[in-house]
Amino acid sequence: MDHTHDKYYIPHGSHWPVVGSCALFMMLGGFAVYLNGAAIGGTVSLIGLALLVVMLAGWFGTVIAESMSDCYNSQVDKSFRMGMMWFIFSEVMFFAAFFGALFYARQLVIPWLGGEGTKFMTNLMLWPGFEALWPSNGPAHAGGEFETMAAAGLPAINTAILLSSSVTITIAHHALKNGNRLLLNLGVLVTVILGFSFIFLQATEYMHAYSELNLKLSTGIYGSTFFVLTGFHGLHVTIGAIFLTVIWFRVLRGHFTPQKHFAFEAAAWYWHFVDVVWLCLYFFVYWL
Amino acid sequence: MGPEYEATADQYQADDHDHHGAPSGIKRWLFSTNHKDIGTMYLVFSLLMFFVGGTMIMIVRAELFQPGLQFVDPAFFNQMTTMHGLVMVFGAIMPAFVGLANWMIPMMVGAPDMALPRMNNWSFWLLPVGFTFLVATLFMPGGAPAAGWTMYPPLVLQTGDAFPFLVFAVHILGASSIMGAINIIVTIMNMRAPKMTLLKMPLFVWTWFITAFLLLAAMPVFAGAVTMLLFDQYFGTHFFNAAGGGDPVMFQHIFWFFGHPEVYIMILPAFGIVSEIIPTFARKPLFGYNSMVYATASIAVLSFIVWAHHMFTVGMPLAAELFFMFSTMLIAVPTGVKVFNWIATMWRGSMTFETPMLFSLAFVFLFTIGGFSGLMLAITPVDFQYHDTYFVVAHFHYVLVPGSLFGIMAGVYYWLPKWTGHVVDEKLAKTHFWLSAIFVNITFFPQHFLGLAGMPRRIPDYSTQFADFNMMSSLGAFGFGLSQLLFVYIVYRTVKGGEKASSEVWDNPKGLEWTVPSPAPHHTFETAPELR
Ligand code: HEM
Ligand SMILES: [Cu+2]
Repeated sequence: MDHTHDKYYIPHGSHWPVVGSCALFMMLGGFAVYLNGAAIGGTVSLIGLALLVVMLAGWFGTVIAESMSDCYNSQVDKSFRMGMMWFIFSEVMFFAAFFGALFYARQLVIPWLGGEGTKFMTNLMLWPGFEALWPSNGPAHAGGEFETMAAAGLPAINTAILLSSSVTITIAHHALKNGNRLLLNLGVLVTVILGFSFIFLQATEYMHAYSELNLKLSTGIYGSTFFVLTGFHGLHVTIGAIFLTVIWFRVLRGHFTPQKHFAFEAAAWYWHFVDVVWLCLYFFVYWL
Repeated sequence: MGPEYEATADQYQADDHDHHGAPSGIKRWLFSTNHKDIGTMYLVFSLLMFFVGGTMIMIVRAELFQPGLQFVDPAFFNQMTTMHGLVMVFGAIMPAFVGLANWMIPMMVGAPDMALPRMNNWSFWLLPVGFTFLVATLFMPGGAPAAGWTMYPPLVLQTGDAFPFLVFAVHILGASSIMGAINIIVTIMNMRAPKMTLLKMPLFVWTWFITAFLLLAAMPVFAGAVTMLLFDQYFGTHFFNAAGGGDPVMFQHIFWFFGHPEVYIMILPAFGIVSEIIPTFARKPLFGYNSMVYATASIAVLSFIVWAHHMFTVGMPLAAELFFMFSTMLIAVPTGVKVFNWIATMWRGSMTFETPMLFSLAFVFLFTIGGFSGLMLAITPVDFQYHDTYFVVAHFHYVLVPGSLFGIMAGVYYWLPKWTGHVVDEKLAKTHFWLSAIFVNITFFPQHFLGLAGMPRRIPDYSTQFADFNMMSSLGAFGFGLSQLLFVYIVYRTVKGGEKASSEVWDNPKGLEWTVPSPAPHHTFETAPELR
């Protein structure tokens, strides 16, 4: 493969994408069957998920091997960078949909249901007595009485955790660029530990919400936006933490050099992205 | 200014033939990382879906041939209109444009392939998964989705077993589009030949570049919208349920925040194609190249602030009605710039009328009709009357069929000789053009009158005063559908054989794709071409 040094590397055929398609077919098809009430779908879905993991390992494994045997010139590296950046942009837009739902519900729907402006008669006829207040589970009090998650407790600790993990990953990045391998190793490790602690605390928080606050996914629009926003964020933190774990093992094997370390930076960017999303969440969902 | 290039063809040719050609057998297609093979798969897939979606709408037009219920029950009718919309938008038009992008963009910018070839393969091979889900819903308890391609709740929540499959199909097609868009952006930003500066890029490349950003910003929002539907249906959330403090209208906002950019995703690449073709056959450089680029970019930006023109009748506050009316009308300005430029390009050109040019000319005229009816709909008080009538159906079919679809057809006739190495039979192709152009108008023009007279869309029966125009429209639709079989025959024949095409194919066309032999070898521009 060394003759490709100056040329843009074009892989010749790969079976991983098709494996990925089969995996998603089983995973989502199975899940759909499960949602329609047939338990077998759940099993198929899990097999699909396992196959997806195999596919990801295989695909990324190939890419890592190619990278280690110097197939990629700086132009390929740049393609990867741009690809990752625009992928993160699309993720931002995914979250934007849910934040949009939160703002719309809070700023418009609830006041309208409460009879604001021209909606006076709507309120009187359909939802008499409903007062526009946030947090709200709607005029039918879907899910019953509930309490909101206080911003000061676990969420504040989680904010501190994510913020400091952003610092540690940046320290690791600088260490990588300066050739300080010990600090790099430690920086990534601490970030991974902080990442998984966040997920653990988030799970604790959910249990607290369900068992003590009566705050559930079905708690009207407040519960819907709260759990779907924090849930998708938590999912992304999990993905980011797994990504960083892989990076940590690659650090141990000495895969990265001060000049060439795209995968490290991709993971770091992703981590900053989940961090920024969290800050928005903390501000708009917990605090305000 | 405008693009100006000439590659040294011999430099390129000497380099090629010692290289590996295509691998053989099924693996060539399943595992492909070659932009031309993947482009071919996209185009063939899209043609297949075009006929699947076409068959569905033939059933609809047969039912609407006469008033009263004759062939299908209303539930099935609704499934057909819904599936027709989904299949045509996500299966026919979008994949066709991605196929053209795959084939042409690397060749037009002088790149050896797409920037991320393996991901390119996955973008394609997700489509069969998505459409297996979607088409399979036809055979499920409760039937296929029937709430319209716009999937408004609460109606869509009455879908049977098809519901989760619909949602997941959207997720998968969205993932495919996002990966395709990333690939196109990276290819254009990072793979251009030296000296191919941004403002020297062919317009097809430019329009696709901008389209890719629309996809990146819009598709994830759509994924979010259907995810909320899924959660409302199965996990007890109340996003679109007023009792829990949600709002069904909120779905419409999120959907159309995606939906309006989506309609531009389906037209901008067509703008690019006709901007390539018209200069070739008018034998003049494109008039106002830079203004074309800026107009496309401003259309794209504006397309994100006009979405609620689809919702004028849901009871928005007055300020919103006004804002969305004026922002929508603003889009007509850059669109007008484009139409002006195409016409100015032809002005005093030495024009000839080969098939690609005929389709492009029809595009300019008929798309403009669709643009004008759009402007009428943009006027809020007027839309109060026209909304959800056949006038809207006429509007969007004028922009989508003689617009997007004719753009695709024009592109296929223009580049088919480059792909296959054979010249297209002009007589047959012109027959196909005239049949399509006449039947498309017979189908959709009367629908304007039906809409103005008040015939609602998406209803299997109608009052007798609408009978004549409906019959006319149905006859046009049958004619149009049958004419497309001729297209398949022409493509098949050209692939199989025919007069050998030169590398230029047409009379002195501009662009790097014409500097490589016809058919284009499996690998092109493995070393970057030298531009003047
Ligand atoms: C001059 C530019 C355009 C304007 C001012 C415009 C305006 C509008 C308006 C106001 C509506 C809503 C009508 C209603 O439901 O009452 C509409 C519907 C629609 N337009 Fe356009 N439009 C334009 C261009 C396009 C283009 C280029 C496309 C696609 C290629 C397109 C596709 C559609 C579709 C698919 C619908 C109907 C969606 C549905 O309800 O199912 N439009 N347009
Ligand atoms: Cu629109």
